[in-house]
Amino acid sequence: MFHNLARLARYRGLIQSLVARELKARYRGSVLGFFWSFINPLLLLLIYSFVFKYFLPRSANDLPHYELFLFSGLLPWTWFSASLLESSGVLISGGNLIKKVLFPAEVLPIVTVLANMVHFFLGLPILAGFLVYFGAPLQLSELVWFPVVVLVQLVLTLGFALLLSALTVHFRDLRDILTNLMNFWFFATPIIYPYTVIFGDPKTEVTAPGWVATLLKVNPFTHLAISYQEILYFPGPVGHVFWLLVLGVVSVVWFLVGYFVFDRLRDTFAEEV
Amino acid sequence: MNAIELSRVSKIYQKYSRRRQFATLKSALLSGSLIRDLRPDDTFAAVRDVSFTVSGGRTLGVIGRNGSGKSTLLKLVAGITKPSEGHLSVRGRISALIELGAGFHPEISGRENVFINGIMLGLSKKEITRRFDEIVEFAELQEFIDAPVKTYSSGMYMRLGFAVAIHVDPDVLLVDEVLAVGDEGFTHKCLDKFAEFKRRGKTILLVTHSLGLVERFCDEALWLDGGSVKALGDPKRVVGAYITDVETSEEQELAKADAKAQESAATMSPDEPASAVLPDHPIDSATAPADMFRATEGRWGSREVEITDVALVGPDGERSHVFHSGESFNVRLRLRAPVAISDFVVGIGIFNAEGVCCYGTNTDIEQLKGERIFGDAEAVFSIESLDLVEGTYKLDVAVHRADGYPYDYHRLLHTFRVKSRTKDVGIYRPKHEWQFSDTMTFTRSGEL
Repeated sequence: MFHNLARLARYRGLIQSLVARELKARYRGSVLGFFWSFINPLLLLLIYSFVFKYFLPRSANDLPHYELFLFSGLLPWTWFSASLLESSGVLISGGNLIKKVLFPAEVLPIVTVLANMVHFFLGLPILAGFLVYFGAPLQLSELVWFPVVVLVQLVLTLGFALLLSALTVHFRDLRDILTNLMNFWFFATPIIYPYTVIFGDPKTEVTAPGWVATLLKVNPFTHLAISYQEILYFPGPVGHVFWLLVLGVVSVVWFLVGYFVFDRLRDTFAEEV
Repeated sequence: MNAIELSRVSKIYQKYSRRRQFATLKSALLSGSLIRDLRPDDTFAAVRDVSFTVSGGRTLGVIGRNGSGKSTLLKLVAGITKPSEGHLSVRGRISALIELGAGFHPEISGRENVFINGIMLGLSKKEITRRFDEIVEFAELQEFIDAPVKTYSSGMYMRLGFAVAIHVDPDVLLVDEVLAVGDEGFTHKCLDKFAEFKRRGKTILLVTHSLGLVERFCDEALWLDGGSVKALGDPKRVVGAYITDVETSEEQELAKADAKAQESAATMSPDEPASAVLPDHPIDSATAPADMFRATEGRWGSREVEITDVALVGPDGERSHVFHSGESFNVRLRLRAPVAISDFVVGIGIFNAEGVCCYGTNTDIEQLKGERIFGDAEAVFSIESLDLVEGTYKLDVAVHRADGYPYDYHRLLHTFRVKSRTKDVGIYRPKHEWQFSDTMTFTRSGEL
């Protein structure tokens, strides 16, 4: 397994060009082309802030500049969920490569995650625009944590992507299960509402039962979302560092688990896809 | 030094029962039988206990029928699938021409695809840049290289895939029946490229149905049958054995089909007016080709004279269904006339698979007037040299009155196949030879 993992470094060039191809191919033929990478998150933000400002105003009321809050959690979530959903089918749709070419299969889910990461990066200028527009209280000491959060999310997402892509080859149902699961997961993550709603900020009354708070705590993306929000939205120092580092360790383990499963199933791909 | 080494390699695929096919994660988890369900109910050995070595710089041709495991063998050597049993080793960089352009993305240009495909096949960006012009030139796609690959014709697509794969500069080249990718010119270019590889001491493993290519091009041949090695060695010997085997099974198949056709014809009652199928056109009626086209197989006639047996006999005197172009060919008819008949004509017609009459004649045309037939009789129609091109042919045989009234008419009931080493075209191969002036010369590229 570690031998294969080391070999992965040699595929840098391949991964790089496949990511570039993925990005190029995605918008080839559309009028706005590359701008969709900017427009998509912007439209998503517009929809959510519209809904939560006018239809479900309760949670939004407490938060000034709700759009900014929402965006700082929504953008990374889009990267995460799109990566998982796409990677679950990536070995099957790339079946030709696996069956007919001597091709390192793990490259496919990795490329999926990285391509979505590039989309995430392309959304960052918009986020930056919002930050400036709302005059967010940014501090350099906080911003240095941003790459750390991104790195943790990358490792975690890779772990999920490897695991899901390998398992979906054998259990195609996973794709459908995942679609629904991701919906639930989104709402079980403090993205559209602040974590204080559940975690018991002294100022807000806790209405959710205890197990919901537990669910939220074991949800790895909770800690990523909180970290992003603390860095970008909430004033004051980043208070979630401990949990972020714990998650970092968990992510590395999770990545290894994902790679282990992938490696074990590798030889069956050519026959099953 | 051996470039490819296989010892007792088997590839066993697992066949799952219906139960397993519909089993899903949910049911596997619910019944707690995840492990059990992942176990196959039955296994199928696509490649069975295959051992061979190819020493560096040699070319091995792999032949065998469809489903004999040739492609699986190639995938094993390529490393795409792992052997279930046995040991396999390959020395050097491999390039597998298994599916050309498998990694192409339809939306992006040929140029970008060349780069990505090249990287997938193990080249560095620099190496591709250096060989790029050569690749494009080889694929003959200079004008279209910047168009998206989805706009390519399938031939262009294949050519580009081939060009990239061949320029990987492998030590071991694996080729799976890809020579059919282009027109004649391109095929020759590919063959030239293979020859160049050979000259440069590269090892080639070639899976093909083109037996001529194996004989001409390979140092050794491997015949796979049902996943096992049936023969390995000198290409001429192996190909010869393979052809004989194919003919034998073809013979059996044709015999079966023949028996079936005659059986169904025999169920027609003798006196049923065949005129419903075909107006009483005797076979010698040269003016009735239109009806010949329309006619389907069958048997009809009054049976006042009956054809009791039709045997196709080759030069060895044995009944057969497969003949070689240029060999002798005999049609032996057994006839029976319960009462003496004085007005009769025996005729024969050979049709090709498209229904074109290749030849037809009868005793009347050849100025033989029937005098008397009574009891059991035999008529043999002999062709000294069967000068037909390769293909499947059908036979009409008939006994009828001079005015066309049928006694017993067998319409397209007998099938035979003509084999030829020469792939000439048409129907008839006249005896011929070439003569050339001294100013033009040839070398023989194969044996006829």
